[in-house]
Amino acid sequence: MTAAVTTPRGARPKNPFAPRNIMLYGALIIFSIYYLLPLYVMLVTSLKDMAEIRVGNIFSPPVEITFQPWVKAWSEACTGINCDGLSRGFGNSVRILIPSLILSVSVAALTGYVLACWRFRGSEVFFGILLLGAFIPYQVLLYPLVIILREMGLFGSLWGLVLVHTVFAMPINVLLFRNYFVALPEELFKAARVDGAGFWGIFFRIVIPMSLPIFVVSGIIQVTGIWNDFLFGVVYTRPENYPMTVQLNNIVNSVQGVKEYNVNMAATMLTGLVPLAVYFFSGRLFVRGIAAGAVKG
Amino acid sequence: MSSARRVRDGARPPIRLLRNLSSKIAAIPMVLVGLGVFVGGTLWTVLHSFTDSRLLPRLNWVGLDQYERLWSTRRWLVSIENLAVYGIVSLVLTMCLGFFLAALLDRKIRYEDTFRTIFLYPFALSFIVTGLVWQWILNPEFGIQAIIRGLGFQNFNFDPLYNPDLVIIGLLIAGLWQGTGLIMVIMLAGLRGIDEDIWKATRVDGIPIWKTYIIVIIPMMKPVFVTALVLVTSGIVKLYDLVVAMTAGGPGIASEVPAKYVYDTLFTRQNLGQGFAASTMMLVTVAIILIPWAYMQFREKRQ
Repeated sequence: MTAAVTTPRGARPKNPFAPRNIMLYGALIIFSIYYLLPLYVMLVTSLKDMAEIRVGNIFSPPVEITFQPWVKAWSEACTGINCDGLSRGFGNSVRILIPSLILSVSVAALTGYVLACWRFRGSEVFFGILLLGAFIPYQVLLYPLVIILREMGLFGSLWGLVLVHTVFAMPINVLLFRNYFVALPEELFKAARVDGAGFWGIFFRIVIPMSLPIFVVSGIIQVTGIWNDFLFGVVYTRPENYPMTVQLNNIVNSVQGVKEYNVNMAATMLTGLVPLAVYFFSGRLFVRGIAAGAVKG
Repeated sequence: MSSARRVRDGARPPIRLLRNLSSKIAAIPMVLVGLGVFVGGTLWTVLHSFTDSRLLPRLNWVGLDQYERLWSTRRWLVSIENLAVYGIVSLVLTMCLGFFLAALLDRKIRYEDTFRTIFLYPFALSFIVTGLVWQWILNPEFGIQAIIRGLGFQNFNFDPLYNPDLVIIGLLIAGLWQGTGLIMVIMLAGLRGIDEDIWKATRVDGIPIWKTYIIVIIPMMKPVFVTALVLVTSGIVKLYDLVVAMTAGGPGIASEVPAKYVYDTLFTRQNLGQGFAASTMMLVTVAIILIPWAYMQFREKRQ
């Protein structure tokens, strides 16, 4: 079921202007407008100056294109007393993303490998517990994790947040890797063991080289999930370490000062650019990732 | 090579616990996360929901006091009601819209990839970004209301984010925009799994397409619908970021949700016991939804 998203089969419809087709494409286009509208509004608002926003409507394209709002959002917008723009949040998000990505994907891959190829008594029970964890509302675990991180001396630091991301990424990613590794041909492992390869040898020299697609899928899930996270960022880091989403919300929803809608929309677009880029470049793999994760999870 | 084998033979000691040792070492993170965080953390929270912890957790038992207080707090009752309304409407609309879009894409159309990309891209964006964009579009001074008034309908009113009765609609518009693409992809995968011969058979029998969907295809896709259902519901219970970004719970407390109640109680009002009781109620809600589903899955597997 996971890989069933294939291209349509059979002949193309013959008359492109049949009433049925007009209705079909009409519906598709109307829905496309609903889905594309926010992206369009974000873009045009971010390219206008405030005078134009006050007199015009939000759907009209900019009369005079200005990039000032983007510059301001990136390097001057204020959160509280800091006025160095979203660049700080971007830096934090990158510094959170890279270790979280590496740690969560490698832990999940290794665990999936254990569960697929080296089961021991009780391993399936632990796996079941791990999967149940995917359904526990985060709110239940927020405070226990605060205590765990405080005991480890990591509360408020970037590394604490990295650990939290790794923990919550485990259920879905372990499932993904386990299901992929189970499907690899068993003869390969037998041959490798005859040749003297052990646990780590098989993992690094046989399993990993054969599993590039699933690493990409898991990586995509992790990049978008970690970048888009808000709750963990706000709970487990101090203001100077806030990720981009938290800083964005603080900039846009701050109560003091005059609302600069063009700067707000430029900031919003900047924050959305990373996951959008991942989405547009990964295309089918993204679809495959969420379909696999969703259907099985 | 022979030395490697000797090492492997040597790594099989008579004690069972040490057999397969590398694998057990590699499983340590899973055991720690599963038992330490998921099971341990849940038990810890549930246990402390029966105490009067305020600024710091402590084990001073007060029985069900926190729950009584919780269920007599107006903000919590509003949160639960909001979640129920948002949940039911969003569930029904997400499923219908998701299936409808998937069915449209499955009609052997041109530019299928383009349309799918358009319907799915919001899912890549965070709820914060989603909330802020729709907050701007629904802004009464500049957004949709202002534009329709500008067309001559001076009495047109649509300011969901400033009207306590409509604020859930505002959240729904944004939530559906972000989440329907995912359900569409899952439904599309389900539709592609249906045998082409079934379509041929219904065509031969002269059954109209819409009727085929309702009486043949949808019943066949029951497992896909159940999965989508579980997915959407577990997402709804987590509803938090969208509310924070779009309305911050306002106007007043009109758009508060349970997840936000927990966060605010734990971290800004520092009333830990109360926050633990609220989060335990969230856990109970999830369990009520999941246990019948798990039971169903289990029975299907046994048959």
